[in-house]
Amino acid sequence: MRLFQYHRPTTVDEAVGLLTDLGDEAVVLAGGTSLMNMVKLGLAEPEQVIALRGVRELHGVDTQPSDGLTFGAMTTLREIETSALVRGTAPGLAEAAHHVATVRIRNQATVGGSLVHADPNQDLPPMLMVHDALARVTGPDGSREVPVADMFLGYFETVVGAEEILRSVRVPVPRAGMRTGYLKFLPRTRDDYSTISVAAGVTLVDGRFEDARIAIAGGGSVPVRCRAAEAALVGNGTRPDVLAGAADVVPGEIDPISDGRGTSGYKRDMARVCTERLLRRLVAEARA
Amino acid sequence: MSGSHETITVTVNGLQRRVVTSPARPVLDVLREDLGLTGTKEGCSVGVCGACSILIDGQLMSACLVPVGELDGRDVTTVEGLASEDGELSAVQGAFLRCGAFQCGICTPGQVVAATALLAECPAPTPEQVREWMMGNLCRCTGYYSIVSAVLEAAAEARETSA
Ligand SMILES: Cc1cc2nc3c(=O)[nH]c(=O)nc-3n(C[C@H](O)[C@H](O)[C@H](O)COP(=O)(O)OP(=O)(O)OC[C@H]3O[C@@H](n4cnc5c(N)ncnc54)[C@H](O)[C@@H]3O)c2cc1C
Ligand code: FES
Ligand code: FES
Repeated sequence: MRLFQYHRPTTVDEAVGLLTDLGDEAVVLAGGTSLMNMVKLGLAEPEQVIALRGVRELHGVDTQPSDGLTFGAMTTLREIETSALVRGTAPGLAEAAHHVATVRIRNQATVGGSLVHADPNQDLPPMLMVHDALARVTGPDGSREVPVADMFLGYFETVVGAEEILRSVRVPVPRAGMRTGYLKFLPRTRDDYSTISVAAGVTLVDGRFEDARIAIAGGGSVPVRCRAAEAALVGNGTRPDVLAGAADVVPGEIDPISDGRGTSGYKRDMARVCTERLLRRLVAEARA
Repeated sequence: MSGSHETITVTVNGLQRRVVTSPARPVLDVLREDLGLTGTKEGCSVGVCGACSILIDGQLMSACLVPVGELDGRDVTTVEGLASEDGELSAVQGAFLRCGAFQCGICTPGQVVAATALLAECPAPTPEQVREWMMGNLCRCTGYYSIVSAVLEAAAEARETSA
């Protein structure tokens, strides 16, 4: 294992300054759950590590009536899972966070790391995409806001540049009446990464879908919104054949790889099955 | 070896310690090799098994995945810090003994530390909550039933003594 040098900035500007000055050899450290493993396995060989723990402005969950919820990049997955604020306004997000690995990992892993690490099987990204969440990224030339749905470029690759820091993620005020839920398909053990997972948000008005959002993780190199399946729901009622019809469209919108968690065909099938199950659950909850 | 050394000041089991080391080393290695605290075990070294469970500022974490540079100025509890100074076992440790919640013992320090974190946050857990927390600690011997019983018994005992 390569032994790196350690930096402890206390502001985002200082951290960006260090990234700019140190160039290619530098990476930021958040919770370390992925980075330490990558270093141990020799997949990352940083010479300079910029630890973000001491950057106070990156911690905590903030709420403003017009902005929705804003998570500092260093907010842990355990904080998201247990926050009364999140459970109240974006329960699907707390549910998705709850399904990440174990309490021990969730105490350490952060929102920022969950996005920038960009493993396509991760749990938070699809739920953030259902919420049309926006990531705020700061670099030497200032800040920009990027929809989480547009962040991922491929396996372990995002639009966050080498000299940039993901500062926060904002979940806009959810649409009135939207019900969200998350289904993680785990055929092996409960602490595993998903084989396939589905995040959804539905808004029913007078028994019809006024709005529907479906995102899949584990269906390829990046998490995806399934726009055709969503369109199959909007304007329609909640009869079982409508739900099944929308779920039938999902396999065509993803491109999973075959790996230790299942073949491509199996994952396509399970994406369909899981979408239908989740839609049924959300419709039942909406009626109750 | 590249990477310069630093002096890290950290409170371990109530005692302030200073370690001169590379901040990149996993806490697990520093505990075991530099501080002689070999109760914390290395199983998988990738965050899966829980053998290296410790508390950092009271939060359950994996010593194998935290670089020691993160510890400067913080508070760490390892399994060695659970019993009282005169050697009296904690409620969790006592319950593990009585329930036979271990066989080979390699996973036990991690189990006991994780159970301690659980009971600190949730003093009266349901069996389901115990399983939910403890699923981060693998055991290849016991089959888990005795571990779940021990945690529930420790919780009941702690409530009795505080009542
Ligand atoms: C045993 C185990 C099981 C896991 N199971 C799951 C699972 O079931 N589901 C799941 O979703 N995930 C799972 N994970 C992955 C875990 O969620 C990620 O490791 C975690 O989210 C990364 O967050 P971190 O804070 O630890 O990031 P780090 O490891 O510190 O960083 C990860 C990467 O992101 C970069 N980075 C981090 N923060 C920022 C920032 N603010 N700005 C710019 N770059 C940044 C780092 O430079 C690094 O490249 C598991 C991990 C482990 C170890
Ligand atoms: S050794 Fe740290 S979790 Fe296995
Ligand atoms: S007692 Fe042997 S692994 Fe748990």
